[in-house]
This record gives sequence, structure tokens and C-alpha cells, in this order.
Amino acid sequence: MTVGLEHYLTVSAMLFCLGLLGVILRRNVLVIYMSLELMLNAANLALVAFSRFNENLTGQMMVFFIITVAAAEVAVGLALIVALYRKRQSAHVEDLASLKL
Amino acid sequence: MTIPDLLFYLFAFLTLLFGALVVANPFSRNPVTSAMFLVLTICAMAGLFVLLNAFFLAAVQILVYAGAVMVLFLFVIMLLDLKEEQRRKINLFGVVTGTGAVLGLGFLLTRTIWGGDLNQAANPRVIGDTKALGLELFTKGQFLLPFEIVSVLLLVAMVGVILLSKKELK
Repeated sequence: MTVGLEHYLTVSAMLFCLGLLGVILRRNVLVIYMSLELMLNAANLALVAFSRFNENLTGQMMVFFIITVAAAEVAVGLALIVALYRKRQSAHVEDLASLKL
Repeated sequence: MTIPDLLFYLFAFLTLLFGALVVANPFSRNPVTSAMFLVLTICAMAGLFVLLNAFFLAAVQILVYAGAVMVLFLFVIMLLDLKEEQRRKINLFGVVTGTGAVLGLGFLLTRTIWGGDLNQAANPRVIGDTKALGLELFTKGQFLLPFEIVSVLLLVAMVGVILLSKKELK
């Protein structure tokens, strides 16, 4: 069976689920953030696969922009985490629950 | 089975294996280990991009993600000086419902992918090298405005990060 769009999409879906599992199960803020990156990468893989199998470069342009925005987002997110750590001396989500009712 | 197919299975396996080790590593709960496995995941995914003929994006993936973004992550981990995460009481209800929800989502996604009729070319020939992407980006006109907006976005992010990391916010 030759490798087609379905195979790439399956890998992408599994990677997305792994990232989601990390966001739900892990309690370290940094590891949660890394899992978010994993989910973003899974979406990128799906877009590139669609772009290839539909013979249309727009999907790859989209991924190009996503990578740029992700770099900016990581910088801001990590600055927020550092600011939070300075205030609370903890990178554990259960210690950062002041918004919880 | 041809060589690219074999390479696909190899890289897909590596991507998923390293991705799983980012999320749950049985040997170490140190965030540095997770970051290192994320680098490996990204490199394996760059291999998948090459198999999809997206050569430019594979290079950018390694340069920007495995290079810049992960260095940022490692810097922050060093800055925070995290100790080995001690085990706390796990919320069993949360673990079970969370895993159940993720499994359900995975089931739905795979069923959608394999059940529907995907519109795909039988013999795709599109090649995403630097020249093709540059022509698409700069000559078609539809991506010129987003390109400029992204440059402003990077500036805004930079200013925001400098403001956030000041000691005393006034």
C-alpha cells in the first residue's frame, strides 16, 4: 500500500493527541508549553501534507506564517512564565491557581 | 514498497516515539529531557517535510524550531533553575477523564481521515523549494500584506517581551 495523504494525516492526528495528552496530564508549566508546540507542529504537518497532495503551495505558505507567529508566541509565553515564576517561585500549575473560583 | 515509503514509516515512527517521550518519559521527569526530545521530534518531522517535497520548510523547521525556539526554552529552564519535579498526589479522576477525552478525539480524527473520500492527486508533482515559495510569496500579491503584518507582529512581540521581563512594572 503506497503512502498517501491518509498516512500523513494519521501521523499528524496522533501527534496532536500526544500533545493534548501532555497539556492535560503534565503539571509543569514548561512541559505543558512544549506539548503546545507539539500540537502546533502536528497542525503544520497536516497542512504540508494537504499542500503536497492537492498540488497547491498555499498550504506551505500558511505553515511559513505559522512558524513565524509561533516563534513570536514562544518568546512572549516564556517571558510570561518567567514573570510568573518570579512572583510565585513555582512552575507548577497547581500553585498558579489564583484565577480559580 | 519503495524507499520513500520505508523512509516515511521510519520518520513517522521516530516522530511519534520522541513525541511520546516529550510528554511522558518513564526515566526522567526533568524538563530538560523533554526539551531535548522535542528537538529530536522536530528533526524527525523535518524528515517528513523532505519526504513531502517541502525542502524550504524542512530547513526552516530545523533552523527556527530546533535552533532558535528550543534554545529559548533551554535558556528559560536554566534561568528558572527547576529542581527535579517531586511527585505529587495524582488526581485519578482527572487522569482518567483526560485520557478518555483524548482517546475519543483520536478515534474521531482517524475515523474521519480513513472514512471519507480525500481529494488527492494520484501522482503529485508540486515541489516546495525556496524559489517556488518565494515566487508564491512575493509575486502573487495575496501574501504581501500578511508578510508585512507578520514583521510588525515580530516587533510587537519583541517590545512586549522586553516590557514583561523588566523588574518593576510601573
